[in-house]
Amino acid sequence: MSLNKLIQYLLIITVLAVVPLVVRSDYVLHILVTIAIYGILVLGLEIILGQAGLFSLGHAAFYGMGAYTSALLVMKLGFPLWLAAIGAMIMTAIFGAALGFPVLRLRGDYLAIATLGFGEIFRLILTNWDTLTHGPMGLPGIPRPHLFGATPFNRVEYYYFIVFFFLVSLFLVYRISGSFLGRAFRALRDDDDAAEFMGINTTKYKILAFALGGVFAGLAGSFYAHYITFISPDTFTYLDSEMMLAMVFLGGAGTVIGPVIGTIVLLLFPEVFRFLLEWRMLVVGVVMVVVMIYRPQGIWSADVHWPKFKRRSLALAEPRK
Amino acid sequence: MFLQQLINGLMLGSVYALIALGYTMVYGVMKFINFAHGDVFMWGAFLGLLSAKFIGPNFIVVLLLTMLLTGVLGVVIERIAYRPLRHAPRLVVTTSAIGMSLILSNLARLLIGSETYPIPKLLAVKGFHLGNALINTTQILTLVTAVVLMLLLQWFINGTRYGKAIRAASEDSETAGLMGISMDQVVMVTFFIGSALGGAAGLLVGMYYDAVYATMGFSAGLKAFTAAILGGIGSIPGAMIGGLILGVVENFGASVLSSYRDGIAFAVMILVLLFKPGGLFNAFIYQKRV
Repeated sequence: MSLNKLIQYLLIITVLAVVPLVVRSDYVLHILVTIAIYGILVLGLEIILGQAGLFSLGHAAFYGMGAYTSALLVMKLGFPLWLAAIGAMIMTAIFGAALGFPVLRLRGDYLAIATLGFGEIFRLILTNWDTLTHGPMGLPGIPRPHLFGATPFNRVEYYYFIVFFFLVSLFLVYRISGSFLGRAFRALRDDDDAAEFMGINTTKYKILAFALGGVFAGLAGSFYAHYITFISPDTFTYLDSEMMLAMVFLGGAGTVIGPVIGTIVLLLFPEVFRFLLEWRMLVVGVVMVVVMIYRPQGIWSADVHWPKFKRRSLALAEPRK
Repeated sequence: MFLQQLINGLMLGSVYALIALGYTMVYGVMKFINFAHGDVFMWGAFLGLLSAKFIGPNFIVVLLLTMLLTGVLGVVIERIAYRPLRHAPRLVVTTSAIGMSLILSNLARLLIGSETYPIPKLLAVKGFHLGNALINTTQILTLVTAVVLMLLLQWFINGTRYGKAIRAASEDSETAGLMGISMDQVVMVTFFIGSALGGAAGLLVGMYYDAVYATMGFSAGLKAFTAAILGGIGSIPGAMIGGLILGVVENFGASVLSSYRDGIAFAVMILVLLFKPGGLFNAFIYQKRV
């Protein structure tokens, strides 16, 4: 790691650590926590869609599965919370892999519609399995986590907790993207026949992509359930899947940090433009169409770089493209 | 009971078939799933409601006006969201279609409201007994209209020059372009007809349930898409038969598992995609690389 990078990372971490000390507003902290939860969630979609190029419209179902699994494990079986979160991740990984099997035969938009159908079936089960999920009324009173004492986390503690896991997720996805795994995913995305000729087991990596993406969604779902303390099937509809899709595409699919930026933009938008709250999903739609027409690679694509202070002179010497 | 379920199923199925035709025609020519089609159907229902309010109880005129307006809406959508992406990768177009679907459904919600609206009566509703099944005039009208429209479409596709151009473009759009067929025109006509049929379906559904609301497009659209792939996407007779089969299956399934009514179509869709992705009528188009 270069010194420059190290300084950048330390700077980001310091800013994130100092925020709750400076800003004493619950509202701001709530938005930041929401962004961090959604960030973890969207990083999962980034692996499936951005890296492996598998067009999934069922990500909200993984999210919901994580939330419900974690909440039910704690409430019905009395699991400790960290174990429930791990249980949620295992559950979503298994379902991700299980979903990966049938969709292997499908390409592109067929995959989108099959995952959309999967998400809708999941939501119907949530709504109709009254004895387990309380149906459309939702699950209230999910306990909040607590560390050493008996008092549950307050907002500031929760903020540190979530941001820590968000940074860990970001780091992990970066490492995945830079490893053999990430290169295999991107080879699949660009041309899966060619990838197969090159000796990449496409079946294995497609399933792995779904399972990995599912793990992140499960983690985010678990955090969400124990943060809001109330979940209902309405939170995990296809509209949320489409919103996540818009976040990934707006930021730039396949760039890891891009989808996080897309998340920040799309979540801050309704907070900043309060009067447009009703129009939020309309704006998401417009963003999708406009981004696809004018900048399909997203805001954060290859031609944007962090400023490189050291190499400035060298870069200037290069011929202009 | 059996006869009743069959009649209800065929009625619903004929509407699914009308919507499915829009998916399948667009897929045939442009090779992408027009996610916005379900919302075009919903707008068709609203436009039908407006036309019925303006014109009064004259079914034929209301139907034609609705189809014209919805067809124009379809062409406008194509101009805005799909034409700039004619040569873009398929997934980019699909994403744009998803965005367009969000725009259409939210525009309806914001401009018209999220209540459920009744459609003015266009026809006196009378019930008939057919054996021990009950059938009313709206159902008969729906079935007859759907069948007539499908026959007209068959004639248009097989008997006119534009129909020939559409068939040529579905088989191989590049070669069709080289043979002097204007792709822009073909796409426009395809979108006009597909959307007009969707609009007719919207009016019929609105009349049958006597309810029009802003979120009716999503599940109807997904079910019609299921009908399209059940018949084999890209195939016009496939969409018609797929729609009828799906309607009947859904009605019989719902009599067993009533709370999972909407899930039946999705289960059918996933099963078809798994075991026979080409559908009943063609088995190659789905894996063609575009």
